Amino acid sequence: MNFWVELLITILLLIGGIFVLVGSIGLIRLPDFYTRLHAPTKATTVGMGGILIASMVMMTNNQGYLSLHELLITLFLLITAPITAHMLAKTALHHENRALRRTRSQHLMECAREQQPPKPADHD
Amino acid sequence: MKRFRWLPMPVHSLLLFVVWLLLNNSAAPGHLVLGAFLALTIPLLCAPLQIPQPVVRRPLLAVRYVLRVLGDIVVANVEVALLVMGSMRKLQPAFVAVPLELTSELPLTILASTVSLTPGTVSAELSEDRRWLYVHALHLTDEQALIETIKSRYEAPLKEIFAC
Repeated sequence: MNFWVELLITILLLIGGIFVLVGSIGLIRLPDFYTRLHAPTKATTVGMGGILIASMVMMTNNQGYLSLHELLITLFLLITAPITAHMLAKTALHHENRALRRTRSQHLMECAREQQPPKPADHD
Repeated sequence: MKRFRWLPMPVHSLLLFVVWLLLNNSAAPGHLVLGAFLALTIPLLCAPLQIPQPVVRRPLLAVRYVLRVLGDIVVANVEVALLVMGSMRKLQPAFVAVPLELTSELPLTILASTVSLTPGTVSAELSEDRRWLYVHALHLTDEQALIETIKSRYEAPLKEIFAC
């Protein structure tokens, strides 16, 4: 394999790996359920993207024809990640999962659970 | 009684065909035939389940929207990565209610998904009357600015694209 192609693949893999790692670290470090949702949905999209592009470059280079599988995986990830996050957030709200004490506008959680328009805060 | 149509969902058919070829990573004649068969039959089976949705009126704007969202996803990832690695004490999470102007399902779904994929926000719940989107922000500095960004950067183009 050409040196420059190898370098490109390595860089992409490293970027992807770092982002996936950060996503997992976020899952441990973040303080409550709602904040934890952010790490896996976001940090992983670029992470997976990087790894998949690396795979695309390598396969195309090795096999001599354009490999486009990976685009599909990216597409499915992009479609499913936000839906998963949304369902998880919804479930957490309906289980009255408590948010971090310093979370602002917590009265909105109740309105969201009831699927009602927001009411002004009682005291704030 | 509606007239029977052989191609009830032409766009979906095309999409299915392309996805089939991509899944198999080839354009051999066998796959072309099988793909065409699937692209014709699956929509025939699914068409009765379809709920009418607004169609894309401005395809060029849609392409621009997708590119903008892709760019924002990268920015969002870097931002969230920095927040995750930074001090947890400085985090200021918040719930925000965003007033909506869109009403039909498809644009709303796209908007909610975009909100989830972009800077520091996850869409949590939609009010029953579809007027409010509840959003959880990882680190909120200015509530009004966040609402403004969502409305002008994502909702306004979606409204134009679907002309609703």
